[in-house]
Amino acid sequence: MLTLYGTEIRSRLLLGTSRYPSPAVLADAVKASDAQIVTVSLRREASGERAGQGFWSLVRDLGVRVLPNTAGCHSAKEAVTTAQMAREVFGTSWIKLEVIGEDDTLQPDVFGLVEAARILAADGFEVFPYMTEDLIVAEKLLAAGCRVLMPWGAPIGSGRGLNNLFGLKTLRAHFPDVPLVIDAGIGVPSHAAQAMELGFDAVLINTAVAQAADPVKMAAAFAQAVQAGHAARQAGPMEPRDMAVPSTPVIGTAFLR
Amino acid sequence: MKILVNGDWHDTGARDLASALQELGYGEAVVATALNGEFVSTDSRATVRLADGDRVEVLAPMQGG
Repeated sequence: MLTLYGTEIRSRLLLGTSRYPSPAVLADAVKASDAQIVTVSLRREASGERAGQGFWSLVRDLGVRVLPNTAGCHSAKEAVTTAQMAREVFGTSWIKLEVIGEDDTLQPDVFGLVEAARILAADGFEVFPYMTEDLIVAEKLLAAGCRVLMPWGAPIGSGRGLNNLFGLKTLRAHFPDVPLVIDAGIGVPSHAAQAMELGFDAVLINTAVAQAADPVKMAAAFAQAVQAGHAARQAGPMEPRDMAVPSTPVIGTAFLR
Repeated sequence: MKILVNGDWHDTGARDLASALQELGYGEAVVATALNGEFVSTDSRATVRLADGDRVEVLAPMQGG
């Protein structure tokens, strides 16, 4: 069982709610993914529209826990204000903290991230920081009060998988007891399985499911991959070798030349 | 008095944020508010006075990744 800020979570797949073809497909994808946590956001709403109200009603009916994000924030101050607004609207102290430093890669501004994390943790938030795989940033986020870290696999929405395997393995090895969730960049279920095989605790997927030709089927495929990868990690994968080793015993081989 | 709500200017006679939201038609909608970049909780909207040129953000739940 995965424990995030004292909450036990059975499913190790977290799902984003953005970019689905329709609300109905989103709802079916969440069910197919078996996710217990979905990410949500806040946006401006004009007085005449009720799009946000309809979306919130749909998510509440799914019976899942929500993890609000601070997507689109480019400074610690913006992120802190957005987090405070999200806490009130969604009724949770969980916050996926994003402070974006650069628009082409959506790379986290790790300096603003640490600053915002410190303010929010002191204010009672349970912060899930979207970060690079940098060890020192991880240490500073933990010192700021974070008890879960969310390193990126690759830039958000890129589908490139785990870009820096060495860095991610190092992060995992360096913080064996901190829940680590791969957030962003996962493109196909094999990427998710790989993350789990490396020992990451969970993965957060959005675009790879939402933009698939059949999002519901893809959600189910990711659920299987995450389960398989996690089981493989627990089973203890073999070490790769450079040369072949016969799998069939050679003793007693017939001499037929 | 003019206030900037979600990027659009509005004339308002409302003196506080709660009245302004009512006047703008948000009614019972689930929204979160900020005034000049600072969060204003639902409970304090009625006591937060508005001034000419104030920037108000009204946010609602939305899809997110």
